[in-house]
This record gives sequence, structure tokens and C-alpha cells, in this order.
Amino acid sequence: MTVDTVELAAKDPELVQPFAALGLEPDEYARIGAVLGRRPTQTELAMYSVMWSEHCSYKSSKVHLKQFRDKAPASDRLLVGMGENAGVVDVGAGLAVTFKVESHNHPSFVEPYQGAATGVGGIVRDILTMGARPIAVMDQLRFGDADAPDTARVLPGIVAGIGGYGNCLGLPNIGGELVFDPSYAGNPLVNALCVGVMPRERIQLSAARGPGNVVVLLGAKTGRDGIGGVSVLASATFDAGGGPAHRPSVQVGDPFTEKLLIECCIELYDAQLVAGIQDLGGAGLTCATTETASAGGSGMHVDLERVPLREASMEPHEILASESQERMLAIVTPADLPAALAVAQKWGVDATAIGEVTDTGRLVIDWRGETVVDVPPASLADEGPVYDRPVQRPADLDLLQATDPSTLPRPSTPDELRATLLRMVASPNLCDKTWVTEQYDRYVQGNTVLAQPEDAGVIRLDEASGLGIALSTDGNGRYTRLDPYAGAQLALAEAYRNVAATGATPIAVTNCLNFGSPEEPEVMWQFAEAVRGLADGCQALGTPVTGGNVSFYNSTGATPINPTPVVGVLGVIDDVARRTPMGFPTAGTILLLGETHEELGGSEWAWEEHGHLGGRPPAVDLRRERALAEVLIGGSRDGLLLAAHDLSDGGLAQVLVESCLRGKVGAQITLPADADPFRWLFSESAGRAVVAVADAPAAEFTGRCDAADLPWTSIGTLGGDSLSLEGSLDVPLDELRTAYEGTLPCLFD
Amino acid sequence: MSPRIGVVTFPGSLDDRDAARAVRRAGADPVALWHGEADLLGVDAVVLPGGFSYGDYLRCGAIARFAPVMTALVDAAGNGLPVLGICNGFQILCESHLLPGALTRNQHLHFRNRDQRLRIDANTTAWTGAYEPGDVITVPVKNGEGCYVADPATLAQLEGEGRIVARYVEGNPNGSLHDIAGIANEAGNVVGLMPHPEHAVDQLTGPSEDGLGLFTSVLKHLARVAA
Repeated sequence: MTVDTVELAAKDPELVQPFAALGLEPDEYARIGAVLGRRPTQTELAMYSVMWSEHCSYKSSKVHLKQFRDKAPASDRLLVGMGENAGVVDVGAGLAVTFKVESHNHPSFVEPYQGAATGVGGIVRDILTMGARPIAVMDQLRFGDADAPDTARVLPGIVAGIGGYGNCLGLPNIGGELVFDPSYAGNPLVNALCVGVMPRERIQLSAARGPGNVVVLLGAKTGRDGIGGVSVLASATFDAGGGPAHRPSVQVGDPFTEKLLIECCIELYDAQLVAGIQDLGGAGLTCATTETASAGGSGMHVDLERVPLREASMEPHEILASESQERMLAIVTPADLPAALAVAQKWGVDATAIGEVTDTGRLVIDWRGETVVDVPPASLADEGPVYDRPVQRPADLDLLQATDPSTLPRPSTPDELRATLLRMVASPNLCDKTWVTEQYDRYVQGNTVLAQPEDAGVIRLDEASGLGIALSTDGNGRYTRLDPYAGAQLALAEAYRNVAATGATPIAVTNCLNFGSPEEPEVMWQFAEAVRGLADGCQALGTPVTGGNVSFYNSTGATPINPTPVVGVLGVIDDVARRTPMGFPTAGTILLLGETHEELGGSEWAWEEHGHLGGRPPAVDLRRERALAEVLIGGSRDGLLLAAHDLSDGGLAQVLVESCLRGKVGAQITLPADADPFRWLFSESAGRAVVAVADAPAAEFTGRCDAADLPWTSIGTLGGDSLSLEGSLDVPLDELRTAYEGTLPCLFD
Repeated sequence: MSPRIGVVTFPGSLDDRDAARAVRRAGADPVALWHGEADLLGVDAVVLPGGFSYGDYLRCGAIARFAPVMTALVDAAGNGLPVLGICNGFQILCESHLLPGALTRNQHLHFRNRDQRLRIDANTTAWTGAYEPGDVITVPVKNGEGCYVADPATLAQLEGEGRIVARYVEGNPNGSLHDIAGIANEAGNVVGLMPHPEHAVDQLTGPSEDGLGLFTSVLKHLARVAA
């Protein structure tokens, strides 16, 4: 086999290279030549093509994402901010928490089980790389219509893949989302979040420093799986026929190897045997070597033939681009090398020295005695192209916003209201999600205090003190379609509210921004507006963005998906025993906190009952969200709340049904005399929650609401075995339960 | 001195720390045992925890049975050492022939995690003395291959000798024959249980505290044997 070398590149400068097929623009190709002072070798060209792809370089999103840094609110908790593998925050007691959400949309469409499984594996390695032990995962899933044939193809495999990988790693799955909407029919969204914890002093760096230090590849052997996965899979829109434009090889996961890798890495960290570490994800060894060398401001020399291969015939560019899973790159001092290799051996993890850190400022890669790569690493990792792409407000937006749901027919009699309620709770977006969540282990590690369907997952970090964290993610593509600025803030507000509802104080934000093609100005406008909304929202709520992920090129046929920013909020709670659950207790008073206006634009009711998407999403009032959160957190801390549940999709009706069924108790609701029952039950006004309080502390709690300028309404009492609304409804819990629980088993069993 | 209860870690064990926590809550000292060492460190009883030992490759538990620690464990179990296998631990006990039968793929083919109602049918084993026969407890079940099968003669023998320790009630989560959730060996010192009592030892993190009885039972048993 002959291979293109640096020497040949200098000798033969006019060789025609397939840069366009690799996804590079002519000016990008010219720029590589300028950086190197010669044409790239074929291997270098492949490396630039993957590192300068949208997926790795964030070239279309960078100019917008910097708002997260520029507008970041002051926080004394932030230990590692954006730009690292994942952000790290101080949660007190000497502990640090790291969390991040990432997409694996396109691989999961092509191969549901492995695509989703390796999505979990990838985000877990990001968390591990920071020095943390992964302690929980969550998944945010979006599909086409629940009864669409392709949903039946992808959903079961995706759910099984998430479970198959996460369960085998011993990570509790504590929550997530499941949404059906035709805009995702040809492009399901599979986002995965992982959270980890570590002693503060164990935070790891991804920088390769110290000339002479050894570059060690840990974990699985390198194969041809996932080659080009990043540049071809993640950056090419699926064609109208629903199939991928290029038939790629999706990576195949081996969670057992990852479990061993986790234990091995944590033992290496605790023994202080690594000077730097980086996971291998998108763009594999190319990304890991260039990013560590660039971060360290050093150079690196790699002997590529030392990389353990699954197939001996692999060429240099294949070895460098391979996305074989379950691999990490560690920088180890020569003195620590024997001890580090011994730890790897103990856990049965392959560890191979493949090179060393140098002081040349160049990444030099040799293969079989010839130099195939000689580049400045920062040119790949940090200095890729940046585009400020044109934006244009969608032409149909005015019409869409003008098509208000106020004219839609509404239930007008008690019987119609009853039937509407039963249809709504049985609708795929609002129904019970147990069919999915019972395929995930939520108990492993023994620290799960709350898990789905609760508002947020709550994990205990310290058994002695009860210190813990809460996590919730939310996103609403319909709201964001109607108003991307408000839609992103509504997603943030909901996740923030969910965390506060459990009693935890929100402290940090992660996000996964799922959008269509950035080359379409109307999509780019949605993206720019959503980022601006999220950055402004985080500033107003005092919760900095610590990291995240952008997924572009999501479309069904020629139609981009509804813009879907998924926002994750992390909270901290001093004592998890104080958490507030969502299930109603057997007795008490129900209070509705916040104000209910007629806000049905983008609502679940308009969509489910009329297939209607139009108008404006609910108004955002972040000052109100803060006040609500403070009241919920204080009420939890001081033992005033028996239950709390945030209002969002489906409105008050949905919350009453869920909290009654969860608590196995009925409720008798009496709305204010002038209230329109339909509006009160199904409007989706933001900044609201339902709480249950015992009679005695009720006055204390409502006094606090008054002091915080938070409106509240006493709407009923708990007890009995039906949900009734004075003067119009009385539905037995059994009937509600049958409707609520029957939908998914009926669709997917 | 508190009894010392070993918890084995195989590559791919997941619930080992949970099992150690349950042992501690019951009042015993957990001792970490390593799959590669054929040494039980003089412990008074052993828990084989849940997980996916060796990635469940070949068959669940099929590789773990050849681990050095299992050689020591099989001998010790023959001499009366109390052994509890939970989930993957139960699978390993079957593969090691310390218990009869096998655990196969759930009938519905899904991994299933739910709060499961169990009836304790035998309290004569080393691990169930704290319960009364007929007690119904709530313990999480979480497995993909928990469907217990055995030939009719073995099932008849298990039934006849009262060795079915626990049965699923209010719904069988995996299709196990005779609703079997757990069984014991003839001597009653070795018990395999598919559901996870170690996840039901604290109301804060589990559906109940009903599982603690497994761990307090063995302490009672050890005290009685010592007396």
C-alpha cells in the first residue's frame, strides 16, 4: 500500500484532491494550503474535513454561542465553563458536579439501537473525562406521530439501545422527555444527558503538557466503524426519500468495555496517574490528539502503527477518523507509566503508548516509517472556519402568529369537557410514559431519590449530609416554531421551575440545540433568536450555561424540524430528605400558584384536538419564575409543602390528573366563581405550579406567596377516589388511570 | 464483633456498592471480594450482586462461574456458608450449579424495572428467617433475563421440598415458571433471588424497606449457628 506523505505533498503540489466530496468548500481547502504552506496529505485532508465539519467546529453557531459567555451571570459556583468537554460546578462539601446534554439524532435514525446506545456512551465519556464518576443519565426523545410506521421502526430500538447501554453501565436513568410531532417523522431527535460527581480537587484537564510525557490510548481497539460518521452522517441532510445520502457505518457500542473504562479511569485519577485526558468521540483520534495538543500549547508525536487495530488493513486516515467507541487518550509521565499500565491491566483495559508530547508546536504522525501528518494542532482544533451566516425571519411567521387558536371550537358542556379531559390525558404526548421508562434501571447506585415521572430527577451525593442534586430538561418545538426567542426561554423556565418544584435551587444550565440546516437563512434566524433568548433568560435567572451541543441539519424531507432547543437545568438541594414529590398526599388543600390567562397558542390542546399550530406561545415572565422558585424552594426547606407539580404541557388538567394518580388520591376542585373551566384546565400560562399544603401551615405558606408578590388561588381539597370539578366534572381515578396508562402499550406492545 | 459479609465484584458488577450498603444497614460489616482472588477472606456469608458480569457475554453468569473467587465459593457453599445471589448473582449460582434451573430472556423481550410485589413462601433458609411465610413485600425488579425455567421434575422437587423462597404476586414481570422469583438449595444456605432487596432498604431511595429482612435474616442465622 502506498500512502501519501508530507514528502510527497511537497514534491507533488498539484495533485487533485477530493476536498468537495469530503465536505470542504473551495475556500476552506485553500485555507488549509495556506496554513501548511503546501497541499495537505490525503490523511491531513481527511483530518481537516472532519475537524472543520459543522459537528466538530461549530462553524455556523460559534458567533451566536458566544452570547452564553458574554451574558453569563456572575456565579461563584462555576469551576469549569464552556469550551471543555463539560462544565463543572461547585455544589459544596468539597464536591463538584459536571453535566451535559448531547445529540445523537442521525445515527439513531439510521440504526436505532446502536445509534441511541452509543449516544449514551459518548456523553458518559465526556463526563468521565472531566474526572467525575457518572451517576445518572436522562434522555430526550422526539419522534414523528406516535402511530406513524417509521415511529414503530425507530422508537422500540432507540429505547432498547438507551436501556441496553445505560443499564449495563450501572447508571440510573432518572428522567427525560418523550414527544411526538410530525416534524420529526424523518429525523427523530435522540438527545442524551449525563451527570457526574467528583471531589473538587479531582477535576481533570484535557491538555497535553510536558514534553516527554507519554500519550496512552486506553480501551477498545480501533476499527472501521463510524468512519466519516461525523462529517458525512452528522452534516448531511437526509434526502427526501428518508434514507441517508451516504450509507455510513454507524458505531457499535460495547457497554461492558465502557464500564471497565470508567472504573479504570477513576482509579487512575484517584492515584493521580494522568496528567491530562480526553475521550475519543466524534472524529476519534484526530480530535483527541489535536485538541489535547492545542489545549496544552505543545506538540505531539504519534506512531500510528502502534494503535491496536481490529483490521490490519486500515489506512492512516481511517485510523485517525475511526469513531470506534469506548476509547480514551491519557497523557502520562514516564515515571507514572508502569503504575498506570498496571491499573489498566487490573481492569482488563487495553492500554498502549502511541506517542509522546513534544515542544515543537506541531502534531506529527508517522506511519510505517513515513510522516503522514505534520500540522499545527490549533489549526484543526480551534482555528477552523467561522461563518456568520445570513438570517431571515421565516416568511410564514406573521401568518402563523396571526392564526390564533381563539376561534377553535371548545368543549361547551360538562360532557364535552369530560370527554376532552379523557382524550387529552390519553394523547401520546401527555400519557403515561412507563412503557419507556420501565426499560431503564432507575435504582442502581442506590442514590435515586426522585426519578421520572417526577418533575426532576433527584440524586443523593452524600449519604451523611443528604446533599444532593436535581436535574430536569425541557424543550417545546411548537412554542419555538411560533417564537424562537420566547420558545427557548419557555424551555429554560420550565426546566428551572421543575427543579425548584422538587425543592432544589437551580444553579447551572446545559443545552442541546436541535435545528434544521444552518445554510437556510430562515433556520439560521430561528437559531439566532433561540440562542439570544436562552442567553438572556439565563442572565435573568442567574444560571450560567456551562456547556452544550448544537445539532444542525435536522429535517424531514425538505422541511426543517420544529426548532427544538432542549434545556437542562441543574439544581442543588442541601438535604434530599426535604425534596417535594409530585404525588398528592391523602389529605390537604390544593393551591394553584401564579396567574392563568387564556394562552393556548402552541398548546397541547390546540394541537391534539385540532391539529392547530398558531398564535403566540405563552408569555414569559422570568421575574415571576424567580419568585415562584423561591417560594417553592423555601416551602420545601421549611417543610410547608406536601406535594408540588409544575404546570406546562396540558395545563392544570394534566397536573391534577398526574398528581392524583401518583398519590392514589382524588381531588375536589372548586374554581373561582368567574372562572371559565375550559380555560383554567387547558391554558398553558407559564410561571405556575400546583402545591398541596396541610391545613395548619397553609397560612404561613400563602403569607410567603403574598410577600413574594406571587398570586395564589385555593382550588380545592384532597380525598376520595375521583377527580371532580364543582358543577361540571366527576371522573373516577380508575377511569383516568385506564385512559392515561393505556396508550403506549397499545401502540408499541 | 459484627459479622463480616463479603460482596463480590466481577468486571461488570453494578449493584455491589448497593449490596454493601444494605449489609451495613442490617448491622454487618461488608467486605469487598475481588473476582480474581480465590480467597473469601474468612467472611461469614457472601452476596453475589446484580449487574452484567463479563458483559453477560455467552450467557448471563456463564463466564463469571469460572472466576477464581467462584472456586472458593462453591467449596464454601458446600460447607454451609450462606450465599445470596441477586439478579446476575442468581444467574451465576445457576451457572455454577449451586442452584438448579436457568434464567432466560424475559417473555416480553424487554428489560423491565418496576416495583414488584413478592410473596415469601419459605422462611427456613439462611436469608429469609426474618419473614413469615405468606408475607407480601415490595422490592424492585430489574432484568432482561429473569424468566426462571427448569424441567418439570426439578420444579416438582422445588415445590415439594419447599425450596421456592419467593414468588411474584400481582403480576409476573418476566414469565417465570410457577411465578418463581427466588429459590434455595437443599440445605437452605444458598438462595438466588431475581428482584433486588438491596434497593429496598431505605424509604428515601427505594419503594420500601422490605428488602432489609434478607440481610437481617442472615445475621440471625449466623447467630443461631454460632450458638
